[in-house]
Amino acid sequence: MATLDLASIGLKVGFEIHQQLATKTKLFCECSCSETDKYGYAFTRKLRPTQSELGIYDPAAVFEFKKMRTTKYYSAPGSSCLVEADEEPPHEVSKEALESALVFSLALRSRIVDEVHVMRKIVIDGSNTSGFQRTMLVANGGFVEIADKQGIKRVGVQTICLEEDAAKLISDGETAREYGLDRLGVPLVEIALEPISGTPEEMVQVALTLGRLLRASKRVARGLGSIRQDVNVSIQNGPVVEIKGVQQLDQLAKVIEHEAKRQHGLIMIADRIKAAGVSLEQIGDRLEDITNVFSQSDSSMVKKILSDKGAIFKAIRIRGFAGIIGFEPYLGIRLGKELGELVRFYGLGGVFHSDELPGYGIDEKQVKDVRDRLQASSRDAFVIVGGRQEIVEYAIQAIIQRLKAAMAGVPAETRAATSDGRTVFSRPRPGAARMYPETDIPTIPVSESMLEPLYGLVPKSWEQEINLLAAKYGLNRKLAEQVFDSDYLALFEEICSSQKADSKIQPTFVASKLTEDIVSLRRQKLDVSSLTEDMIREIFERLARGVITKESVPLVFEKLMKKEVGSVNDAISALGISVLTDAELDKALDKVIRDNMPAIKQKGMGSIGMLMGRSMAALKGRADGNRVNAMLKEKLEKLLASS
Amino acid sequence: MPESNGGYRGASYELLSAKGISVGDSIIIRTSDSEVAGLLMPRYESAGADHIVIKLKSGYNAGYEVSKIREIIKVPAQEGHQYQKLSNPIVASQVKDTLPQLALISTGGTIASKVDYRTGGVRAALTASELYSSVPELARYASIEPEMLLNEYSENLGPEQWTLIADKIAEKVRSGKYSGVLVSHGTDTMHYTASALSFALQNLPVPVVLVGAQRSSDRPSSDAALNLLGATIFAASSGLTGVFVSMHAGTSDDVIACHTGTRVRKNHTSRRDAFESIDASPVALIRGDSIEVQNPHPTGQIAVKNKAAYSVTGENFTARTRFDKRVALMKFYPGFDPSIISWAVSAGYRGIILEGTGLGHVSRACFPSLQAAINSGVLVCMTSQCIWGRVRMTVYDTGRDLLDMGVIPLSDMIPETAVVKAMWALANTKDLKEAKDIMQSNIAGEISRSIPI
Repeated sequence: MATLDLASIGLKVGFEIHQQLATKTKLFCECSCSETDKYGYAFTRKLRPTQSELGIYDPAAVFEFKKMRTTKYYSAPGSSCLVEADEEPPHEVSKEALESALVFSLALRSRIVDEVHVMRKIVIDGSNTSGFQRTMLVANGGFVEIADKQGIKRVGVQTICLEEDAAKLISDGETAREYGLDRLGVPLVEIALEPISGTPEEMVQVALTLGRLLRASKRVARGLGSIRQDVNVSIQNGPVVEIKGVQQLDQLAKVIEHEAKRQHGLIMIADRIKAAGVSLEQIGDRLEDITNVFSQSDSSMVKKILSDKGAIFKAIRIRGFAGIIGFEPYLGIRLGKELGELVRFYGLGGVFHSDELPGYGIDEKQVKDVRDRLQASSRDAFVIVGGRQEIVEYAIQAIIQRLKAAMAGVPAETRAATSDGRTVFSRPRPGAARMYPETDIPTIPVSESMLEPLYGLVPKSWEQEINLLAAKYGLNRKLAEQVFDSDYLALFEEICSSQKADSKIQPTFVASKLTEDIVSLRRQKLDVSSLTEDMIREIFERLARGVITKESVPLVFEKLMKKEVGSVNDAISALGISVLTDAELDKALDKVIRDNMPAIKQKGMGSIGMLMGRSMAALKGRADGNRVNAMLKEKLEKLLASS
Repeated sequence: MPESNGGYRGASYELLSAKGISVGDSIIIRTSDSEVAGLLMPRYESAGADHIVIKLKSGYNAGYEVSKIREIIKVPAQEGHQYQKLSNPIVASQVKDTLPQLALISTGGTIASKVDYRTGGVRAALTASELYSSVPELARYASIEPEMLLNEYSENLGPEQWTLIADKIAEKVRSGKYSGVLVSHGTDTMHYTASALSFALQNLPVPVVLVGAQRSSDRPSSDAALNLLGATIFAASSGLTGVFVSMHAGTSDDVIACHTGTRVRKNHTSRRDAFESIDASPVALIRGDSIEVQNPHPTGQIAVKNKAAYSVTGENFTARTRFDKRVALMKFYPGFDPSIISWAVSAGYRGIILEGTGLGHVSRACFPSLQAAINSGVLVCMTSQCIWGRVRMTVYDTGRDLLDMGVIPLSDMIPETAVVKAMWALANTKDLKEAKDIMQSNIAGEISRSIPI
């Protein structure tokens, strides 16, 4: 298997950052932007592509439509109204949101359009009740400055758009999808950068710098899901693959690297197809229903598929493809895998192909039967797909199309980032723009008098913000950077400012818990989202009241992130870490002293360090170190004096 | 009127005409600080004159201020986006001729439309083939023959247009070719037209179903397709005759309600389920393929017919399609100025429908004007602004006084239905007594015998 030299393959990456704005209202109504998990009234809809739309997507949109999948929407009072239900025309564009987009445009020296036009971008997966996302171009051009080894480098801005966020996917079943309306309509700023080349690390720097600039404005939402990066990756001037849903920056470099490798692998596969001398017509030139070949199969996978009523198996002949579908130029990069991801889009579990058969309980005899049916020679490959007949028919067309595309290397498509840094197929890339004007909202002229008051709101540089933050809270630079870049800046400031004058809780302590401790727990693959901001507030409030000790804070974080308990209270009682009373501490320390009498006799007061360590271990954070030390010292002095 | 070009006027119009540029052209604009390329888009008439609109390659439209434009040039057209056609569109000729035949008369409001993504324009899908490719499921239920009669927002449809529509329907019915007639209509005044047709076309041998959309049909979320589908299924196979309105029953895309033409009202500005039957349940609910008849017509005018008898001209079918628009609908409110009534009389109005308070009242201050109107031969009738419920003018003194004056109580007739009915009654008789009788007799379900609890 080859190793990949990223520098040699003409890797180009374009970023699109989608940043939620911290506005009081949604973009097109007066509802609150706060998300919820408690929903009320629900209703169902069926979207259908508008007429000319039917032709654009093939076969994906038509398939989605044919399935006539029902979408169920859950509303949440306060955060959704008739506008989100698509039962009332949109209100005027939120002035606050538009101002934010204009401020960012000024900060990036982007050319603001003279008149903003709201557009409808067709999206029929159900994530928008209207069937389109409302979006508006605010500015184009400009640049962001990145510090790199050679000094300052400029990365061009393509466009700055203001748009509405989509509804929140709650569940995705075979016949119905469920969405929450609370997130629909939350304002997002989308900033698309020019594609750049460089190492994945440099590209991460670009995303980081842009994210910091947005945060410095204090006009953006923080927290999980408030910023999403789409990454457009191409190599060797090939087609662009759009990767959606990169949530964490530390995942970004991995995703880019994986995608570059995948694309390079696909080019190597294409070379092999060319070498085999296959022509387009030879791909999928013969289809056979092989349900009866498989009907007696012992394969559990086959049996499972056939247990579905009306399920069939079909085989596709691909001439000259022997060895190509299973060819793995890089670890995990195979056409076979691409096909598996593709059919999953149609709700099928996967495919079987000749390079991996016999296998999966399909025996030599069945493989031979399939070959005979297809009249396939040993140089030919075949792909088998099973499921409900109408789905299989769609999937076959998609498979043939995908294999034909493999001859050219990389197909343009939309992929999703996985949590382990790979990318998987999500849908064919929409061809031309599917946009038309939102006629319900008048156009908005942007005059110089409208921009005038906004110049003063252009964010300070990240450097300046860090210095201010460090000075204000007495943080060291590293900690100030970490807090600023984390999702918890606002929470940090809130917790610090809520402390009483005599509080023992220092900003440095709060900052390190909110950054280093949470990051380290996240690295252990624990779920940050189950530790809510409300929980964190409660934990620090308990700490301030002396209910728990500083040492217990990360333990409570961990307990909650492991989802072993659902509340701070439960975490504290499960851990048994509520602070000991004086009497309890007295008893616990007496036991430590009893257990260590020989050492005390030997070392006298010199044993206090050792006793302190043993005590803290035994107390598991249920008493503050200073308190333990004082009591222990007193006991020891008394003991030694009496002996 | 200034000359215009795709809605451009003033400075933008002058710039474009000087350069010989028209809507749809590929252009490049240079300003002091930027250069943009794209297609020139039309401009809404209501928008200002100082900007020109370009569709950029990304698909976004943006406006550029004329005064900032240094240079604008027309460039050869870029190759347009190629849109793949649906692999096997349904063409009208393929629709089975054994299916019921329906006529679809469009009056405006695009029940089916296409978006041109090049210009962003929306245009109505007018031919049968376009209709089927827009709503392919239609072809399972009926063979539909569309005809465009009018193309108006419904607020522009009035008594003259009711006559036109009614005559057209009568022509279709009399041809004997159709099992039903669908009328696509803007929603704002659809219930007025439905009432008008209910009175104008009596003893219909086939159903006439009005259908509209609260969300325009160029949107993926439009209610148009399901409303049209519901109307089609109902018209093709319910076996009921009369005039109906077919719209969403709730906010979900699942159930379509078919309402009696005289009992329906638009009760919400924007919701899909804006149309409701007043003082009655809908005639039928259409859920998927199935028609659940809720409320066979209270007057018994609608007969469940033998399907085989379709496409036969009804023997008793009558079309009296004229309306006299000299009827005023007056809503009483505290502070209502009775001289409005006197003005209407002097302006030659032949009828006044009062939308009174509660059980059917107006203030004492109105009495002299009302008495004068009645004395001069104006038909004065009472409905209630409560919308739901019946007027009952014998309960309070005010009501009794109004009755004594000669105000005619209209039971639970919806005010909008009442005004249409009065226009129809007065066009069909010169005799006031006869007009009063018409107003008080139940002709098309406009008066309920009993209101369900």
